[in-house]
Amino acid sequence: MSLADDLYRETILDHYHNPRNHGVIEHPTAQVEGVNPLCGDELTLYLTVKDGKIEDVKLTAKGCSINTASGSMMSELLLGKSVEEANQIVDLFKRMMLDKKEEVELPDELEDLEALRGVKKYPVRIKCALLPWNTMLEGLDNTLNSSSK
Amino acid sequence: MSKLNVEQIRKDFPILQRQIEGKQLVYLDNAATSQKPRAVIDSLTGYYEGYNANIHRGIHTLAEEATDAYEAVRETVREFIDADHTHEIIFTRGTTEAINLVAYSWGNANILPGDEIVLTAMEHHSNLIPWQRLATERNAKLVFIPITEDGQLDMKEAQKLISDKTKIVAATQMSNVLGTINPIKELAKLAHEKGAVILVDGAQGVPHVKTSVRDLDVDFLVFSMHKMLGPTGVGVLYGKTELLEAMQPFQSGGHMISSVWRDKATWSELPWKFEAGTSNIADVIASGKAIEYLTALGMDNVRAHEIEITEYALNKLNELGDISIFGPKDATLRGGVVSFNVDAIHAHDIGQICADAAIAIRAGHHCCQPLMRDLNVMGTARASFYIYNTKEEVDLLFEALKEADKVLGHVACR
Ligand SMILES: Cc1ncc(COP(=O)(O)O)c(C=O)c1O
Repeated sequence: MSLADDLYRETILDHYHNPRNHGVIEHPTAQVEGVNPLCGDELTLYLTVKDGKIEDVKLTAKGCSINTASGSMMSELLLGKSVEEANQIVDLFKRMMLDKKEEVELPDELEDLEALRGVKKYPVRIKCALLPWNTMLEGLDNTLNSSSK
Repeated sequence: MSKLNVEQIRKDFPILQRQIEGKQLVYLDNAATSQKPRAVIDSLTGYYEGYNANIHRGIHTLAEEATDAYEAVRETVREFIDADHTHEIIFTRGTTEAINLVAYSWGNANILPGDEIVLTAMEHHSNLIPWQRLATERNAKLVFIPITEDGQLDMKEAQKLISDKTKIVAATQMSNVLGTINPIKELAKLAHEKGAVILVDGAQGVPHVKTSVRDLDVDFLVFSMHKMLGPTGVGVLYGKTELLEAMQPFQSGGHMISSVWRDKATWSELPWKFEAGTSNIADVIASGKAIEYLTALGMDNVRAHEIEITEYALNKLNELGDISIFGPKDATLRGGVVSFNVDAIHAHDIGQICADAAIAIRAGHHCCQPLMRDLNVMGTARASFYIYNTKEEVDLLFEALKEADKVLGHVACR
C-alpha cells in the first residue's frame, strides 16, 4: 500500500511519536488554549518569556499527527528565540502554508518545516498544521501585553 | 444469505466505477450520503430536458406534466412509510429543515414554561439544536434518555423520564454513530400514555429498515432522500393530520396561500400550507425513482444484506486487536454504521490513510458532540454500508486500518 508519502514522511512521524517539549510549565508567563472546532483538536501552550526572549515553551496536545508534529517542530525552533524573531518565523511558516500562488522559501535553519509543506495538498488539514502556530501568536501577544502593563 | 444481487446492483451506480489515483473507489460513507443509481440521475436530466416547468400554476402541458410527476411522489412516499394520507407527506429541504419546521410550528404553539422535551443522548445536532433553542425561548427543559454500556437506549430510565411534564419526545430511529436501532414503538407508547407526541428522526433509519408510521404509531417522522439513493435537497416530514392541521405555517409566501389581501391572507390546505415558494421539483421527482429502486429490491432484503455485512465487519475489524468499536455487538440490533477508534490514533489520521487507499470513510464527531463526550472520545472513524457494499470492501478497509496501526499506532501515552 502506498501512503501519502508527503503526509507521513519520517520527520513528521518522528515528531509525532516523540513530541519535543511536551508537558506543562508550572508558572508560565503566558498560557493559551488552542482549539480546532472542526476536528476537535485541542492544545495548551505554555510560555516563559524573559527580557524579550522565549526561555521555555511546553505543549500538551490532543490532536492528529499533523497537529502534534507541527507543534513539536515549532517548539524546537522557537525555544531560545527573541519574541521578534519568533513572530517572524511564525509569519514565514504561515505564509508557506497559506500562500497559494508562490512557494515561500525557508532559510536553512528552518528546513525541518519543509516536511509540513506537503500538507498544503490536503486543504482540510492545513488548519491542523497551523493550530500550534496561531496559538503561539496569541501567547506571544499576551506576554507583550502583560509585560507592558 | 442476502437476497440482493450486489454485483448487479453495483452496475446501476455509475460512480462506483470511479478510480482514485489508479485505485478503485471503496465508498463506505453512506451514513453521510448514499450514492445515486442511474435511474435517479436520468430522472434529473429527463425532467430538465423534457418537462421542466413550475408546478401548481401553469396550465400548459409542461406544467401539468411536472405537477403530476411531483405529486405522484407524495403517493410513492406515503406508500413507502405506510401513512394514511398523501396530504400527510410534506416535502422539505432535508431532515434538518423538517425538524426545524416542527420545533417552530408545533413547538411555538405547544411548549410552555416548565414543559419538558425528551431527547436521547445519541441525537444528531439536527435533532438537538432546534429543541435547545425552543427550550431557551420558552423556558422549557430538555431531558435526555441516557445510553447503556453497549450503546442502547436505557429504557428503564426512559420510563421514568417520560412524564406528565413531557410534551414531546424526539428520538432518532437509528444512531448515526453507534448504529443502534431504537425501540421507537415502545417510546411512542410511553409518550402517548403521558399525552405527549413523538417525533422520530428517521434520517438513518428509513433508508435501511422498513418503516411503517402506522405500526410504530408515531406523530412525526422526518428523513432525507439523499441518504437513500435520492438527490440532495429533499427531505420528508410526515405528520398526523390533526397535528398538521392545527399547526401554523413555517415559512410563508407564494404557493402556501389560499386568498391574499393587502393586509391578511388565508393558508392553503395540507400539504401545501407547509411548502412555501417554488419547490425542489426536479429533486423530488428523482426521489420517487430512488424509492422505487429500494422498493423493487425490497426493504427486508436491504436489511438482511446490511446485517450480513455489518456482522462480517464487526468480526473482521475486531481481529485488529487494537480497535475499539462502539455500539451494540449484535448486528441484528444495529444498522450498518460502525464507529471505531484504532489504538490512540486520531480519527483524521485514520481517515487520511483510508483516503490514500481510495476508501471513503468519515472521521470526526459526526455532528454528535455531546455523545462524543459520553463516550469519552474526541471523535471516531466511521464506516457505513449500503446495498452495494461487499465483504471484499470490508477486507480492504481492514488492510488500511492495519497499515494505519503500523505507521501511527502504539503512541506513547501522553
Ligand atoms: C441521525 C441524523 N439526523 C439528522 C441528520 C441531518 O440530515 P440532513 O443533513 O439531511 O438534514 C443526519 C445526517 O447527517 C443524521 O444522520
